[in-house]
Amino acid sequence: MSDPSKTSGSDARPVEPLTEEELSAEAREHRRARLERFLQIGVFAVIVGGWEVSARTGLADPFFFGQPSGIVATIWRWSTRGTPQGPLWQHVAVTLEETVLAFFIGVLMGVIGGFALGRSRTLAAVFGPYVRMGNAIPRVILGSIFVIWLGLGMASKVALGVTLTFFIVFFNAFQGVREVDPNLVNNARILGASPRQLSFDVMLPAALGWIISSLHTSFGFALVGAVVGEFLGATQGLGYLVATAQGAFNTNGVFAAMVIMSVVALIADASVTWLERRLTPWRPRTLARNF
Amino acid sequence: MSLDRDKPAIALRDVTKRFRTPGGGLYVAVHSLTFEVARGEFCAIVGPTGSGKSTTLNLIAGLETPSRGQVSVLGETVTTLTRGVGYMFQTDAVFPWKNVLENVATGPIYRGVSRQEAHRGARDWVGRVGLAGFEDRYPNQLSGGMRKRVALAQTLINEPAILLMDEPFASLDVQTRTLMENELLELWSGTSASVVFVTHDLEEAIALADRVLVFTASPATLKQSYQIDLSRPRNVTEVRFDPRFTRLYERIWEDLRDEAIIAYERSIKDIRL
Repeated sequence: MSDPSKTSGSDARPVEPLTEEELSAEAREHRRARLERFLQIGVFAVIVGGWEVSARTGLADPFFFGQPSGIVATIWRWSTRGTPQGPLWQHVAVTLEETVLAFFIGVLMGVIGGFALGRSRTLAAVFGPYVRMGNAIPRVILGSIFVIWLGLGMASKVALGVTLTFFIVFFNAFQGVREVDPNLVNNARILGASPRQLSFDVMLPAALGWIISSLHTSFGFALVGAVVGEFLGATQGLGYLVATAQGAFNTNGVFAAMVIMSVVALIADASVTWLERRLTPWRPRTLARNF
Repeated sequence: MSLDRDKPAIALRDVTKRFRTPGGGLYVAVHSLTFEVARGEFCAIVGPTGSGKSTTLNLIAGLETPSRGQVSVLGETVTTLTRGVGYMFQTDAVFPWKNVLENVATGPIYRGVSRQEAHRGARDWVGRVGLAGFEDRYPNQLSGGMRKRVALAQTLINEPAILLMDEPFASLDVQTRTLMENELLELWSGTSASVVFVTHDLEEAIALADRVLVFTASPATLKQSYQIDLSRPRNVTEVRFDPRFTRLYERIWEDLRDEAIIAYERSIKDIRL
């Protein structure tokens, strides 16, 4: 049997040094990348700078529109001396806890539900329409009901977050199982897979790509659920900060809370990307998002 | 198995398979098909596209059940998935989330062999198909030819008594394909497996097989069976220059061409409608 790793001529030919043209092309490529990075930062500077300037010159009233320097000052004040409603880290911790709880519960339920309905035609036929109906309910209104049912504490926020994340993960898991290449399933069956092995050794890994790509969106929605829940009625959390800042016409405070949430969301997204690489090492790297 | 030594490896008797089409009509994929494959025989099936060749393999494997007639494998009537069958699919069916070694070890693990032992056996097979050193690569890091080798090892490690192959090398370039055909013959000669090899390439069929079955345009039924009296061991590249090869080719091509023309005219009529 021949060895495909062996090439007929072997790899004896030495690597020639780069020519002038190749070197200058590389340098051009470098310059171009630097320019792109510069422009990228420039866009940010122009927008934020323009905002600051129009606030200072009175073009945009900072009372209504806020002011970048004021936002930074607010974040700084909150993080060093605490917010009027207590230390900042406490609010961040509460919102994060609600988000993470809602995320895990929602993902778990979504994966189990989507997988079960994807695997069983009968379950899908019986429950499918109800799940679609549930997904059509405007979730923000559910938030009000959860506050009535579960009170101002953490439970109502988690419940709202779960209703948001569940459906995203559910539909992705369901689709993932449904779209498994029938050839793979047939191959596994011929190789002797039991129904259980078929589920966990073939269907689940095949659907994993779909499920994981839904995690990016669903973490964002868990955060939205927590914040909106807090906004509707709470005694702590970032959404509560927004609500009180809004009540006091503190525009900079609203923006400051928004910036903090964005940072939290970005960190979470990065960790999901990391998880994605860990869980699906077989996928080509180019599929991973690069910006 | 030894009890039914005289029974053929595969026997189809008057088998018909019909499908309901999405439009509500009936599609007859296979119509009253009867043929046998002897133990250890390498049998190739050629026929025009859409002539139910894949359906025939699925019926033998037990992935489909016949609408009428009987399929038996190793003397037993096929009702569910047939044991002792290996199946190489036309498209890639290796598991993208398993590396080469795990892919090859899949069958034994499913059949209850311990992971350690399965990996030992898989390592041996990975070497036999010429992929030593690539054990920890994932399929998307391999070339098309290498993925076929993985699929071949994955199938053969289960030591199937029946090997079904559905245009396994159709997606490969001509050189790689010839290499794979020779390797298949070499690996097969070390086993006692019966092979049913579906292809649309008549040259490939004659070069590999002991017998070539020509299927009619759909609904598929057996048109003619040709014994290939070329000696073994064969080299698929050299055997093509054998004058007997050319004579066989001409004779079988007559049959095949007629069916291909029927299938082609029918497909044109379908588009016009």
